[in-house]
Amino acid sequence: MTKQEFLASLREGLRGLPPADIEERIAFYDEMIDDRMEEGLTEEEALAELGSVESVIVQITADTPLVKLVKEKVRSERKRSGKGLTTVLLVLGSPIWVSLLIAAFAVALSLAAAAWSVVISLYAAALSLSVGGVAFVAFSVIYILRGNIPGAAFAVGAGLAAVGLGLLLFPACNALAKGLVKGMKKLVLGFKSLLMRKKGAE
Amino acid sequence: MDAQLKRGILDICVLAAIRDKDSYGYQIIKDVKPCVELSESTLYTILKRLEAGGALTVYSAEHGGRLRKYYHITPLGLKRIEEFKEEWKGIMTIYRFIIGEGEEP
Repeated sequence: MTKQEFLASLREGLRGLPPADIEERIAFYDEMIDDRMEEGLTEEEALAELGSVESVIVQITADTPLVKLVKEKVRSERKRSGKGLTTVLLVLGSPIWVSLLIAAFAVALSLAAAAWSVVISLYAAALSLSVGGVAFVAFSVIYILRGNIPGAAFAVGAGLAAVGLGLLLFPACNALAKGLVKGMKKLVLGFKSLLMRKKGAE
Repeated sequence: MDAQLKRGILDICVLAAIRDKDSYGYQIIKDVKPCVELSESTLYTILKRLEAGGALTVYSAEHGGRLRKYYHITPLGLKRIEEFKEEWKGIMTIYRFIIGEGEEP
Protein backbone atom coordinates (compact mmCIF):
# COMPACT_ATOMS: atom_id res chain seq x y z
CA MET A 1 0.00 0.00 0.00
CA THR A 2 1.25 3.48 -0.82
CA LYS A 3 0.75 6.65 1.17
CA GLN A 4 -1.75 7.92 -1.37
CA GLU A 5 -3.77 4.70 -1.15
CA PHE A 6 -3.72 4.86 2.65
CA LEU A 7 -4.93 8.45 2.69
CA ALA A 8 -7.57 7.74 0.04
CA SER A 9 -9.01 4.83 2.08
CA LEU A 10 -8.90 6.97 5.20
CA ARG A 11 -10.80 9.75 3.43
CA GLU A 12 -13.37 7.21 2.26
CA GLY A 13 -13.82 5.83 5.77
CA LEU A 14 -14.27 9.25 7.38
CA ARG A 15 -17.07 10.43 5.10
CA GLY A 16 -19.36 10.97 8.05
CA LEU A 17 -17.17 13.77 9.45
CA PRO A 18 -17.55 17.44 8.51
CA PRO A 19 -15.41 18.14 5.39
CA ALA A 20 -13.06 20.49 7.28
CA ASP A 21 -12.39 17.78 9.88
CA ILE A 22 -11.64 15.23 7.16
CA GLU A 23 -9.09 17.55 5.55
CA GLU A 24 -7.43 18.21 8.89
CA ARG A 25 -7.21 14.52 9.75
CA ILE A 26 -5.78 13.70 6.31
CA ALA A 27 -3.19 16.49 6.60
CA PHE A 28 -2.24 15.20 10.05
CA TYR A 29 -1.63 11.65 8.85
CA ASP A 30 0.06 12.92 5.68
CA GLU A 31 2.54 14.82 7.85
CA MET A 32 3.03 11.83 10.15
CA ILE A 33 3.95 9.60 7.22
CA ASP A 34 6.25 12.20 5.63
CA ASP A 35 8.07 12.76 8.93
CA ARG A 36 8.65 9.04 9.35
CA MET A 37 9.97 8.70 5.81
CA GLU A 38 12.26 11.66 6.39
CA GLU A 39 13.82 9.72 9.26
CA GLY A 40 14.75 6.92 6.89
CA LEU A 41 11.73 4.65 7.07
CA THR A 42 10.37 3.28 3.82
CA GLU A 43 6.81 4.09 2.83
CA GLU A 44 5.72 0.58 3.83
CA GLU A 45 7.39 0.79 7.25
CA ALA A 46 5.93 4.22 7.96
CA LEU A 47 2.43 2.97 7.13
CA ALA A 48 2.93 -0.18 9.19
CA GLU A 49 3.65 1.98 12.26
CA LEU A 50 0.33 3.77 11.89
CA GLY A 51 -1.63 0.51 11.87
CA SER A 52 -4.32 -0.57 9.43
CA VAL A 53 -6.63 2.02 7.92
CA GLU A 54 -9.58 0.18 9.48
CA SER A 55 -8.15 0.41 12.99
CA VAL A 56 -7.37 4.10 12.50
CA ILE A 57 -10.96 4.71 11.35
CA VAL A 58 -12.38 2.85 14.35
CA GLN A 59 -10.22 4.89 16.73
CA ILE A 60 -11.24 8.16 15.13
CA THR A 61 -14.89 7.07 15.26
CA ALA A 62 -14.56 6.28 18.95
CA ASP A 63 -12.94 9.69 19.59
CA THR A 64 -15.63 11.64 17.72
CA PRO A 65 -18.68 12.71 19.73
CA LEU A 66 -21.95 11.19 18.55
CA VAL A 67 -23.55 14.64 18.39
CA LYS A 68 -20.98 15.79 15.83
CA LEU A 69 -21.73 12.81 13.56
CA VAL A 70 -25.49 13.33 13.79
CA LYS A 71 -25.10 17.05 13.09
CA GLU A 72 -22.99 16.36 10.03
CA LYS A 73 -25.54 13.82 8.85
CA VAL A 74 -28.33 16.36 9.16
CA ARG A 75 -26.21 19.03 7.46
CA SER A 76 -25.33 16.83 4.49
CA GLU A 77 -28.93 15.69 4.14
CA ARG A 78 -30.09 19.28 4.21
CA LYS A 79 -27.62 20.18 1.51
CA ARG A 80 -28.85 17.26 -0.53
CA SER A 81 -32.50 18.14 -0.25
CA GLY A 82 -31.81 21.72 -1.30
CA LYS A 83 -31.21 24.94 0.55
CA GLY A 84 -33.91 27.21 1.94
CA LEU A 85 -35.93 24.40 3.43
CA THR A 86 -36.93 24.89 7.00
CA THR A 87 -36.07 22.28 9.57
CA VAL A 88 -39.72 21.31 9.86
CA LEU A 89 -39.93 20.66 6.14
CA LEU A 90 -36.68 18.78 6.31
CA VAL A 91 -38.04 16.48 8.98
CA LEU A 92 -41.41 16.03 7.26
CA GLY A 93 -40.01 15.46 3.83
CA SER A 94 -36.84 13.72 4.84
CA PRO A 95 -36.04 10.30 3.54
CA ILE A 96 -36.69 7.35 5.74
CA TRP A 97 -33.40 7.66 7.68
CA VAL A 98 -34.70 10.24 10.14
CA SER A 99 -37.51 8.03 11.34
CA LEU A 100 -35.20 5.04 11.35
CA LEU A 101 -32.63 6.98 13.33
CA ILE A 102 -35.21 8.09 15.89
CA ALA A 103 -36.64 4.58 16.13
CA ALA A 104 -33.20 3.04 16.56
CA PHE A 105 -32.36 5.59 19.23
CA ALA A 106 -35.64 4.95 21.07
CA VAL A 107 -35.14 1.19 20.93
CA ALA A 108 -31.57 1.51 22.20
CA LEU A 109 -32.72 3.84 24.97
CA SER A 110 -35.52 1.55 26.15
CA LEU A 111 -33.25 -1.51 25.99
CA ALA A 112 -30.69 0.30 28.08
CA ALA A 113 -33.36 1.39 30.57
CA ALA A 114 -34.69 -2.18 30.81
CA ALA A 115 -31.23 -3.65 31.31
CA TRP A 116 -30.39 -1.10 33.98
CA SER A 117 -33.62 -1.72 35.84
CA VAL A 118 -32.76 -5.42 36.01
CA VAL A 119 -29.38 -4.56 37.50
CA ILE A 120 -30.91 -2.10 39.97
CA SER A 121 -33.56 -4.59 41.12
CA LEU A 122 -30.87 -7.25 41.58
CA TYR A 123 -28.92 -4.83 43.75
CA ALA A 124 -32.10 -4.18 45.73
CA ALA A 125 -32.64 -7.93 46.13
CA ALA A 126 -29.08 -8.39 47.37
CA LEU A 127 -29.49 -5.53 49.83
CA SER A 128 -32.84 -6.72 51.18
CA LEU A 129 -31.58 -10.31 51.54
CA SER A 130 -28.63 -9.07 53.57
CA VAL A 131 -30.65 -6.69 55.75
CA GLY A 132 -33.54 -9.15 56.17
CA GLY A 133 -31.09 -11.92 57.07
CA VAL A 134 -29.52 -9.81 59.80
CA ALA A 135 -32.98 -8.96 61.15
CA PHE A 136 -33.92 -12.65 61.18
CA VAL A 137 -30.82 -13.53 63.18
CA ALA A 138 -31.73 -10.74 65.61
CA PHE A 139 -35.27 -12.13 65.96
CA SER A 140 -33.86 -15.41 67.25
CA VAL A 141 -33.43 -13.61 70.59
CA ILE A 142 -37.23 -13.54 70.95
CA TYR A 143 -37.42 -17.29 70.35
CA ILE A 144 -34.72 -17.90 72.95
CA LEU A 145 -36.55 -15.71 75.49
CA ARG A 146 -39.68 -17.80 74.92
CA GLY A 147 -37.67 -20.99 75.37
CA ASN A 148 -38.26 -22.06 71.77
CA ILE A 149 -34.77 -23.37 70.93
CA PRO A 150 -35.63 -25.09 67.59
CA GLY A 151 -37.34 -21.89 66.51
CA ALA A 152 -34.26 -19.89 67.42
CA ALA A 153 -32.01 -22.29 65.52
CA PHE A 154 -34.26 -21.97 62.48
CA ALA A 155 -34.20 -18.16 62.63
CA VAL A 156 -30.41 -18.06 62.92
CA GLY A 157 -29.95 -20.60 60.13
CA ALA A 158 -32.38 -18.95 57.75
CA GLY A 159 -31.00 -15.51 58.58
CA LEU A 160 -27.41 -16.53 57.91
CA ALA A 161 -28.39 -18.22 54.66
CA ALA A 162 -30.14 -15.04 53.49
CA VAL A 163 -27.13 -12.88 54.41
CA GLY A 164 -24.82 -15.27 52.59
CA LEU A 165 -26.98 -15.25 49.49
CA GLY A 166 -27.19 -11.48 49.58
CA LEU A 167 -23.42 -11.10 49.87
CA LEU A 168 -22.88 -13.53 47.00
CA LEU A 169 -25.29 -11.55 44.86
CA PHE A 170 -23.34 -8.27 45.19
CA PRO A 171 -20.26 -9.27 43.15
CA ALA A 172 -22.58 -10.79 40.55
CA CYS A 173 -24.43 -7.47 40.32
CA ASN A 174 -21.14 -5.60 39.95
CA ALA A 175 -20.01 -7.90 37.15
CA LEU A 176 -23.35 -7.46 35.41
CA ALA A 177 -23.21 -3.67 35.69
CA LYS A 178 -19.67 -3.63 34.33
CA GLY A 179 -20.64 -5.86 31.42
CA LEU A 180 -23.56 -3.61 30.69
CA VAL A 181 -21.38 -0.50 30.56
CA LYS A 182 -19.01 -2.27 28.16
CA GLY A 183 -21.89 -3.48 26.02
CA MET A 184 -23.38 -0.01 25.80
CA LYS A 185 -20.05 1.48 24.79
CA LYS A 186 -19.85 -1.07 21.98
CA LEU A 187 -23.38 -0.26 20.91
CA VAL A 188 -22.62 3.46 20.72
CA LEU A 189 -19.44 2.77 18.72
CA GLY A 190 -21.40 0.58 16.31
CA PHE A 191 -23.98 3.30 15.86
CA LYS A 192 -21.28 5.89 15.28
CA SER A 193 -19.54 3.68 12.72
CA LEU A 194 -22.81 3.45 10.86
CA LEU A 195 -23.06 7.24 10.71
CA MET A 196 -19.38 7.57 9.81
CA ARG A 197 -19.58 5.34 6.77
CA LYS A 198 -23.00 5.78 5.28
CA LYS A 199 -23.44 9.28 4.15
CA GLY A 200 -26.37 10.25 1.96
CA ALA A 201 -25.44 10.26 -1.72
CA GLU A 202 -24.41 13.76 -2.66
CA MET B 1 -5.40 3.01 34.82
CA ASP B 2 -8.56 5.01 35.30
CA ALA B 3 -9.50 6.55 31.94
CA GLN B 4 -10.17 10.02 33.32
CA LEU B 5 -6.88 10.08 35.22
CA LYS B 6 -4.95 8.84 32.20
CA ARG B 7 -6.47 11.53 30.00
CA GLY B 8 -5.36 14.26 32.37
CA ILE B 9 -1.85 12.87 32.57
CA LEU B 10 -1.50 12.50 28.80
CA ASP B 11 -2.50 16.15 28.34
CA ILE B 12 0.30 17.23 30.65
CA CYS B 13 2.80 14.88 28.95
CA VAL B 14 2.08 16.52 25.60
CA LEU B 15 2.37 20.00 27.14
CA ALA B 16 5.70 19.01 28.69
CA ALA B 17 6.93 17.84 25.27
CA ILE B 18 6.43 21.35 23.85
CA ARG B 19 7.41 23.26 26.99
CA ASP B 20 11.00 24.10 26.08
CA LYS B 21 10.69 24.26 22.33
CA ASP B 22 7.89 24.30 19.76
CA SER B 23 7.40 20.83 18.39
CA TYR B 24 5.48 18.88 15.75
CA GLY B 25 3.36 15.74 15.81
CA TYR B 26 5.87 13.00 15.14
CA GLN B 27 8.50 14.61 17.39
CA ILE B 28 5.99 14.72 20.27
CA ILE B 29 5.16 11.05 19.81
CA LYS B 30 8.87 10.18 19.87
CA ASP B 31 9.55 12.39 22.90
CA VAL B 32 6.82 10.91 25.09
CA LYS B 33 7.47 7.34 23.92
CA PRO B 34 9.76 6.41 26.86
CA CYS B 35 6.88 6.99 29.27
CA VAL B 36 3.70 6.53 27.21
CA GLU B 37 2.84 4.99 23.87
CA LEU B 38 0.66 7.53 22.06
CA SER B 39 -1.21 6.60 18.91
CA GLU B 40 -1.68 9.22 16.20
CA SER B 41 -5.40 9.50 16.76
CA THR B 42 -4.94 9.88 20.51
CA LEU B 43 -2.38 12.62 19.98
CA TYR B 44 -4.67 14.38 17.53
CA THR B 45 -7.51 14.39 20.06
CA ILE B 46 -5.22 15.66 22.84
CA LEU B 47 -3.79 18.46 20.66
CA LYS B 48 -7.30 19.51 19.63
CA ARG B 49 -8.46 19.57 23.24
CA LEU B 50 -5.43 21.55 24.41
CA GLU B 51 -5.84 24.03 21.57
CA ALA B 52 -9.54 24.48 22.34
CA GLY B 53 -8.65 25.02 25.99
CA GLY B 54 -6.09 27.70 25.10
CA ALA B 55 -3.12 25.70 26.41
CA LEU B 56 -1.32 25.75 23.06
CA THR B 57 -1.40 27.48 19.69
CA VAL B 58 -0.81 25.96 16.26
CA TYR B 59 1.05 27.42 13.30
CA SER B 60 2.30 26.01 10.02
CA ALA B 61 5.89 26.43 8.91
CA GLU B 62 7.71 25.31 5.80
CA HIS B 63 9.90 22.28 6.19
CA GLY B 64 11.67 20.50 3.34
CA GLY B 65 9.29 21.80 0.71
CA ARG B 66 6.11 21.00 2.62
CA LEU B 67 4.12 22.53 5.42
CA ARG B 68 4.41 21.15 8.89
CA LYS B 69 2.24 22.03 11.86
CA TYR B 70 4.05 23.25 14.95
CA TYR B 71 2.62 23.50 18.43
CA HIS B 72 3.52 26.32 20.79
CA ILE B 73 2.71 26.33 24.50
CA THR B 74 0.82 29.34 25.93
CA PRO B 75 1.17 30.83 29.43
CA LEU B 76 -2.04 28.95 30.28
CA GLY B 77 -0.38 25.71 29.20
CA LEU B 78 2.64 26.43 31.41
CA LYS B 79 0.27 27.17 34.27
CA ARG B 80 -1.42 23.80 33.75
CA ILE B 81 1.92 22.02 34.08
CA GLU B 82 2.62 23.91 37.33
CA GLU B 83 -0.83 23.05 38.69
CA PHE B 84 -0.26 19.41 37.84
CA LYS B 85 3.07 19.43 39.68
CA GLU B 86 1.48 20.97 42.77
CA GLU B 87 -1.39 18.49 42.73
CA TRP B 88 0.97 15.55 42.42
CA LYS B 89 3.16 16.67 45.26
CA GLY B 90 0.25 15.85 47.56
CA ILE B 91 -0.46 12.57 45.78
CA MET B 92 3.20 11.52 46.00
CA THR B 93 3.17 12.13 49.77
CA ILE B 94 0.20 9.80 50.02
CA TYR B 95 1.97 7.31 47.75
CA ARG B 96 5.06 7.27 49.94
CA PHE B 97 2.85 6.72 52.98
CA ILE B 98 1.10 3.80 51.28
CA ILE B 99 4.29 2.03 50.26
CA GLY B 100 5.65 2.62 53.76
CA GLU B 101 8.27 5.27 53.16
CA GLY B 102 6.39 8.13 54.73
CA GLU B 103 8.57 10.79 56.32
CA GLU B 104 7.78 11.97 59.81
CA PRO B 105 6.47 15.51 59.68
